[in-house]
Amino acid sequence: GLFAWHLKNTGIRQIPCQFVHLCHVANDRLITFQYFNFLKRMYVTQYNKDLSQRAKPKSDSVASPFRELQQLDQEKKVIHKIRPISPVHQPLSETSSRNELREMKSAAETEDSVAPVRAESKEDRQWKEMKLRLDDLPGILARLSKIKLTALVVSTASAGFAMAPVPFDLTCFLLASLGTGLASCAANSINQFFEVPFDSNMNRTKNRPLVRGQISPLLAVSFAASCGVPGIALLTLGVNPLTGALGAFNIFLYTCCYTPMKRMSIANTWVGAVVGAIPPVMGWTAATGSLDAGALLLGGILYSWQFPHFNALSWGLREDYSRGGYCMMSVTHPGLCRRVALRHCLALIGLSTAAPLLDITTWTFPVISLPINLYISYLGFRFYRDADRSSSRKLFFCSLWHLPMLLLVMFTCKKSFLEKEDKGDLLGGNHGGAMEIRLP
Amino acid sequence: PPAHSHNDWIGPPDKHSNLRPVIFYVPPEESPLERRLREARQEAQACDQRFWARHNRTFHQEKEEFIYSRLKAKGLEMRDETGQKATLNAEEMADFYKDFLSKNFRKHMQYNRDWYKRNFTITFLMGQVALVRALKWLRWKKKNVGN
Repeated sequence: GLFAWHLKNTGIRQIPCQFVHLCHVANDRLITFQYFNFLKRMYVTQYNKDLSQRAKPKSDSVASPFRELQQLDQEKKVIHKIRPISPVHQPLSETSSRNELREMKSAAETEDSVAPVRAESKEDRQWKEMKLRLDDLPGILARLSKIKLTALVVSTASAGFAMAPVPFDLTCFLLASLGTGLASCAANSINQFFEVPFDSNMNRTKNRPLVRGQISPLLAVSFAASCGVPGIALLTLGVNPLTGALGAFNIFLYTCCYTPMKRMSIANTWVGAVVGAIPPVMGWTAATGSLDAGALLLGGILYSWQFPHFNALSWGLREDYSRGGYCMMSVTHPGLCRRVALRHCLALIGLSTAAPLLDITTWTFPVISLPINLYISYLGFRFYRDADRSSSRKLFFCSLWHLPMLLLVMFTCKKSFLEKEDKGDLLGGNHGGAMEIRLP
Repeated sequence: PPAHSHNDWIGPPDKHSNLRPVIFYVPPEESPLERRLREARQEAQACDQRFWARHNRTFHQEKEEFIYSRLKAKGLEMRDETGQKATLNAEEMADFYKDFLSKNFRKHMQYNRDWYKRNFTITFLMGQVALVRALKWLRWKKKNVGN
């Protein structure tokens, strides 16, 4: 109860925090079973974190739906509120329309015992002076840069860095993470700058800073520039030019390709998936300085993950997308939407099997990851067959814990240097030298 | 907004367009550049308001019509015995959403183009105004320091 309340009030995304914890933990190789359970519990209780924020210039879809998530978030809020309020009972079946949910929500809100939420909706109905207050600024900029999504992106980049078969360099790691984070902030801010009237009309996004007039567009663009330029410079000069180029390319892809494409063609989903796949590749190139097969594999895993994640999410947002003019598969090509989600769930199994073949992990990785990959594929199949709200929600929530767990397992199964060296000695020769074996 | 305020004021979202109206403050010594900016913002606000109010109204109207025609085809009334409004499930509504989106595609393309253009122009004007103000302030500072 308290836990769920805390989750509700800590904002849209819980996952990113977990990811950060995940990365720290993973990097210390202190993975315990309790931690897994903790993650599972977090995700299950975190029902509606609408991670539909696809975008994130870098890993948009990572755990955070690139696309609009808020609707689910609100529905979740409604469901949490409905339970204590038994008289206001409404069946949350597939047949309940969005309007009913909204009515429920407003009914629930009036009986809301959580004071901050009530205060916020009252404040919302007042006229506000458009004056920037300095103590509000950090919160506003955090929301502008979609800080939770950014944290998630940085986590996937860290995962890419950690999986690279080189000795761990702390300075490089920190610089790469910081650079990625800054680039992500920049891209997210530009995305919000481009989408003000559309965000106003969608439930998920109507509380964004630019929509509410808490910040001027000029300030948003200046902030984006002051994050993006140092971020990319840091990556290019402090890490290596390849990572910097990838970062700049990802910002461009997210702001100039994905964002406008959302309103033009369903192909935006594929572009968004690439945007999400690039951060781990960046982490890898930051560590090794080159684009190996391993980097592409990690990118591939994240690319495939985006589809079940986003497609499941977008299934519940069809009304808002239709009214807002967004071209999404779930609205225009629902059959394709479900097929693609299932296809990519299965692809994850294939990619996990390819990991040991590319000498990134041991063979325990595909074995251990098979249960979770099979489970998400099963949910993907259910979504494909049933095509209803409950199967889409199940798939979405599964995707939220599936990715961190997969990355965690991958890290624990990472092939160590010593193993590689032994293998080399045993076979009396090199292995086509994809990586140098450096002793610490 | 109070008369003594020197800032713009932003209100709650409009019922039809979901956009928040802004009341612009007109400073007594408004420069031509600042006036251009304010007028651009007012015009943009009016355009957006017109578009979204009409678009949302059309959406709700067509949605009602769709629900009505589907319910009729099923032989049901708009309201059931308890007086609750009858609704269709998400899968039945999906046909309507798909249809509505494709019908309005062209309208959205046109609006997108206009919106991007307006957004860039206004932000650029804001930049110019900010720059002019900053230079004025620097000159004022230099004058004061000189004294």
